[in-house]
Amino acid sequence: MNDMKSLAQRVKELEDQLVVCIRCGTCQSVCPLFEQTHREADVARGKLALLDGLGKNMFDNPNGVEERLNRCLLCGSCAANCPSGVNVVEIFIKARAILAEYKGLSPAKQVIFKKLLSDPKTFDFFTELAGKFQGVFTKKDKNPQATSCARVISPLLDNRHFPSMAEKSFHRLTPRLNTPVGKSGIKVALFTGCIIDKVFPRIANDVIEVFKHHGIGLYIPDGQGCCGIPALASGDRKSFTKLVAHHIGLFEREKFDYLVTACATCTSTIKKLWPSIYEGKESGTRAKIGKLSEKTLDINQFLVNSVSLDPRDEIHGTKGGPVTYHDPCHLKKSLGVAREPRQLIKASGHELVEMEGADKCCGMGGSFNLYHYGISSRIGTLKQQSISDTHCDTVATGCPACMIQISDMLAKSGAQVKVKHPLELYADFLRNR
Amino acid sequence: MKKKTIIDELKKIVGAENVLADNEDMVTYSYDAAVLDAVIPIAAVMPENSGELGKIVKLCSEYCLPMTVRGAGTNLSGGTIPHNSGVVILTGKLNAILEINEADMYAVVQPGVVTATLAAAVEKKGLFYPPDPGSQAVSTIGGNVAENAGGLRGLKYGVTKDYVMGVSFYDAHGEHVRSGSRTVKCATGYNLAGLMVGSEGTLGVMDEIVLKLIPLPKARKSMVAVYKTIEQASKTVAAIIADRIVPATLELLDNFTIRAVESYSKAGLPLDAGALLLIEVDGHPGQVEEDGLRVEELCREFGADSVKVATDENERDRIWAARRSALSALAKLKPTLVLEDATVPRSKIPAMVKSLQEISQKYDISIGTFGHAGDGNLHPTILTDKRNKEEWLRVEQAIEEIFDRALELGGTLSGEHGTGLAKAPFLEREVGRSSILFSRRLRKALDPNNILNPGKVTGAL
Repeated sequence: MNDMKSLAQRVKELEDQLVVCIRCGTCQSVCPLFEQTHREADVARGKLALLDGLGKNMFDNPNGVEERLNRCLLCGSCAANCPSGVNVVEIFIKARAILAEYKGLSPAKQVIFKKLLSDPKTFDFFTELAGKFQGVFTKKDKNPQATSCARVISPLLDNRHFPSMAEKSFHRLTPRLNTPVGKSGIKVALFTGCIIDKVFPRIANDVIEVFKHHGIGLYIPDGQGCCGIPALASGDRKSFTKLVAHHIGLFEREKFDYLVTACATCTSTIKKLWPSIYEGKESGTRAKIGKLSEKTLDINQFLVNSVSLDPRDEIHGTKGGPVTYHDPCHLKKSLGVAREPRQLIKASGHELVEMEGADKCCGMGGSFNLYHYGISSRIGTLKQQSISDTHCDTVATGCPACMIQISDMLAKSGAQVKVKHPLELYADFLRNR
Repeated sequence: MKKKTIIDELKKIVGAENVLADNEDMVTYSYDAAVLDAVIPIAAVMPENSGELGKIVKLCSEYCLPMTVRGAGTNLSGGTIPHNSGVVILTGKLNAILEINEADMYAVVQPGVVTATLAAAVEKKGLFYPPDPGSQAVSTIGGNVAENAGGLRGLKYGVTKDYVMGVSFYDAHGEHVRSGSRTVKCATGYNLAGLMVGSEGTLGVMDEIVLKLIPLPKARKSMVAVYKTIEQASKTVAAIIADRIVPATLELLDNFTIRAVESYSKAGLPLDAGALLLIEVDGHPGQVEEDGLRVEELCREFGADSVKVATDENERDRIWAARRSALSALAKLKPTLVLEDATVPRSKIPAMVKSLQEISQKYDISIGTFGHAGDGNLHPTILTDKRNKEEWLRVEQAIEEIFDRALELGGTLSGEHGTGLAKAPFLEREVGRSSILFSRRLRKALDPNNILNPGKVTGAL
């Protein structure tokens, strides 16, 4: 193991980004974790101070800082509200990578990221296996969220209620697709994303249907994998870089106007993190990443701004019921997309009922939910209460990870509320009118 | 070992989950929002109720441990920077609004209640808690009382001290002391609640605060006036006051700040303007109408190129968004931002504005000036990089000169940020030797072991 001085040296690379924090403490007002714990080390200002301390070689070992740095949802609420414009998420991700590279990844994470996640084929093989056997360990809840829970007490599943893995993942149903440009004159490539592929293939199926309706050419290449955020959140820049390079190769085979995803987290990762964190050396890849991330769009944003939607006053038949909408952090705080999903919901013939704190984090935070399920649930319960208070029977949100967390929270509370992607509502509308 | 004993004793009072002592956590309680050196404490403790708070104070008293109370740690004068052998008392979980009494128009709160949370809660009941410090989204009432925080509405509505009806607190020995009352009038005993306001944690540890509420104004009107020179703007401020009109807010942005805000928010501000005045009058609809028209007239009379009156809430929000983003916009220009708050009698605003321009040139540093012109409380904001040692020296000299000029004009070192560590060495220049000695004797009598936030306000005892 290297000495702390060399670690300090590496953290010092972040200094120019760290000094931007003026310690004003505004981040405390929006941090979902701080709201629960009131601890300074849980909020951005505290973590930035710790990184500053690490750079000044103030600690005997990096473990305490690492542990605190990992207690973060990476929701970016702090960054979105920071008066000084500190790029908190990028700093934290770089710092996690520096620490992981210094300490080495844990053996379990090495297997998960290096062997599984960074190789889409192996990853698919294991997730399909898990899909086949899930019924042995879990039972269906028979609720509007269509979740399952553990049959017996399980340390891994805890008391989670989760949407089941799909019997057939999306890429089994539609391994590849390349349809010609229709009346819209637009060609779009779809980045499916793991959760949609393996848990919510129905969303990707709806994408195909909606695009067909609007005459949008659709390109879905074979062999897609993960956008890389789980590896990055654990500091594994190598697996992340490998995944980015893999996808750049896949998507350069066809010409298209936009790369669209229906997952807020994938969109935000491709747009923000692919260009800033990729560390590959191959000449030209960096420029390709820049170009691809520039034409990447969230699906709500794409449909509302680039396609003329069928206006809802053309609806013949019953009007959709009231729907409330949750802003995924990776859409609103990271990308500033908040208007479009709402417009899509309204265009689908639904009345939109705003919940209290629609843009408050749901508490999922990817691996945060795995390691800190207790706090994650406390944050999620607040979201569930806001949803329930609207008395809507459907909550829509543009991120499949948020959908998992919100389904869990609603299932636990016994609320009779369905969880949908805005695109699903639009697809329903097109089918039913 | 003393430290271990103390931590064990603290755990007995509040439970292990509410005591922090790891080196990493201590680093996170070593600073506040002031540009000062960090000091690392030995432990931090988070009581969940007043009883636990009292026991903590008693324990610190027994072990002669310095204690520093910390709310949101947004202090701009170093008031929440702890002592290196001391304990930090966190008020994060003492955050209950205990009562909002509509009939008698007061609220009783614990010190950890966030200012904006209280303001929103009372507004829901048609009542008004006016003090609105810039950090109100995070700052706590305990901190506001301890620092006598101000805000944008100081001109008409006063500052925190004008709303404190009563405070109960633990003294340096851990005894519970009550002061003030829930009545509008109260003439019994010393005005200890008044003494606690602005005492920066040096006289006691608060556990409950009774705050005065007032009716929410029925109408308001906002406007923005554009000037070629900052002199014209500052003369307008004096003229409005001289005309016996008291706007709720009367804010000034200088050209440097206007350009920073515009490049940050693209709000369409006039880049060539020497200054902007942002004004809001509120109260009864009839009076708002009358005052609004008169203020508009005065703005033009004193040279405003244009006066734009907000016709709806959206336009009003746009006007105030420009003001609210001033600090953010300036903060983005350089790594270090020193936000000063030297304050002068409001008629002296033109003279102070001139002084700030001279100081900026003399020391060759960037100063953006904005702030509460209507109450004489400007915020000269110095933009620098503390890592540049040579420039930092000039910044320190400039700050000292700002202090001196404000005092020459009959002003004060701090309108709303407090004395803390930052201004303690300069306080004697403002109040004189005997005031410092009186304050120190008072402190010594109440806190003989000097454990209540040592080093703040009066300097070393």
